[in-house]
Amino acid sequence: MNIAILSGKGGTGKTLLAVNLAAIAGDAVYIDCDVEEPNGHLFFKPKSIKTETVAVKIPAVDDELCTGCRICVDFCRFNALAYIADRLAVFEQICHSCGGCTLLCPEAALREEDRIVGRIEEGFSGSVKVYSGILNTGEASGIPIIKRLLNLSKKERPGLCLIDCPPGSACIVMETIRDADYCVLVAEPTLFGVHNLNLVYELVSLFDKPFGVVLNKCLEGEENPSEKFCLEKVITILGHLAFDHELGVINSKALVAARERKRYSALFSTLLASVLKEAQHEAVVNP
Amino acid sequence: MKVAVPVDDKNMETSVCMSFGRAPYFMIYDTDTKEHSFLDNSAADSPGGAGIKAAQTIVDHHVDVLLTPRCGENAAGVIKAAGIDLYKTEPQSAIDNINALVIGKLSSLNDIHPGFHSRKGR
Repeated sequence: MNIAILSGKGGTGKTLLAVNLAAIAGDAVYIDCDVEEPNGHLFFKPKSIKTETVAVKIPAVDDELCTGCRICVDFCRFNALAYIADRLAVFEQICHSCGGCTLLCPEAALREEDRIVGRIEEGFSGSVKVYSGILNTGEASGIPIIKRLLNLSKKERPGLCLIDCPPGSACIVMETIRDADYCVLVAEPTLFGVHNLNLVYELVSLFDKPFGVVLNKCLEGEENPSEKFCLEKVITILGHLAFDHELGVINSKALVAARERKRYSALFSTLLASVLKEAQHEAVVNP
Repeated sequence: MKVAVPVDDKNMETSVCMSFGRAPYFMIYDTDTKEHSFLDNSAADSPGGAGIKAAQTIVDHHVDVLLTPRCGENAAGVIKAAGIDLYKTEPQSAIDNINALVIGKLSSLNDIHPGFHSRKGR
């Protein structure tokens, strides 16, 4: 079962939740898809790491063969090619690796070359299998890494996979939740938090994904706009996490709270049970 | 000397467009013959790489100088590779900028920005 954990902004507690749920589940897979700034590995400190690079295909031109017909330039809808001063120029960062230009070139002057955009690390933290996607600094898109990550982790099924999503609701998040069986949205108790919750709420609704919300940083006796939002929209609330100083301290030391204190292992066990119950219920009701 | 300027309208009073890649039109002005024409910028509504495509249009029209308020690095790469000089416009009409260029009152554009490409991560 694939459970994706997402939020409309960074810092709501996606990694806190994904890491602790995976740690509590024990025999689980944690997949860090926040490839621009993966940090789950800081908590898990995985051992026996295997690394593989991720490359995309970009066109390379043979100037001897190119006649300057510009079929490729006109074809590229991303305008990654230009023909200047009798030479074809390739803008690698703009290229979306569709391969169309190489197929269309009548002179076979274009071929595809690998360009490395990042890497994937695979290791173990106790019985938790940890995958981290790492995008090279300066690269425009992490999607090729996420595709490879999710493809690699297919072999882990039907085990429990906790997918730590990038923040927001853009293409990269859509790619990450594509194969998710259930989505957990993490929300903060502020007006800004509601705005961001609404972004991912609309996304998972659009993708017709079953989902529930975890309310993080809850203050006792204080109004929680995100909770109000869930009640109004009749959204399942999977659990509450308090705005807890000790939890913050443990987290800031890059320790896994559920492995450090009994009360947190109890807290995340309850939460995991709640998530699994909902996810399995959905799997039966809406397979 | 053939000069190109990204512009908002197709008339001689037009202002300079703040964007190069996504300007609706380009004014092409020949300072020797005083002839002018307007080009539609086919890159204006591109999903991406508008600067590159717009620059390709400028290169294909054998322009000597491009006047623009700003220019992204990809577009600048194309423009410079074609040997076209880049000058920075002043806040005045397109034709006033061209006249300012002729009398040497414009300075070359050096602050090339890294682009406003939509970030995909967020």
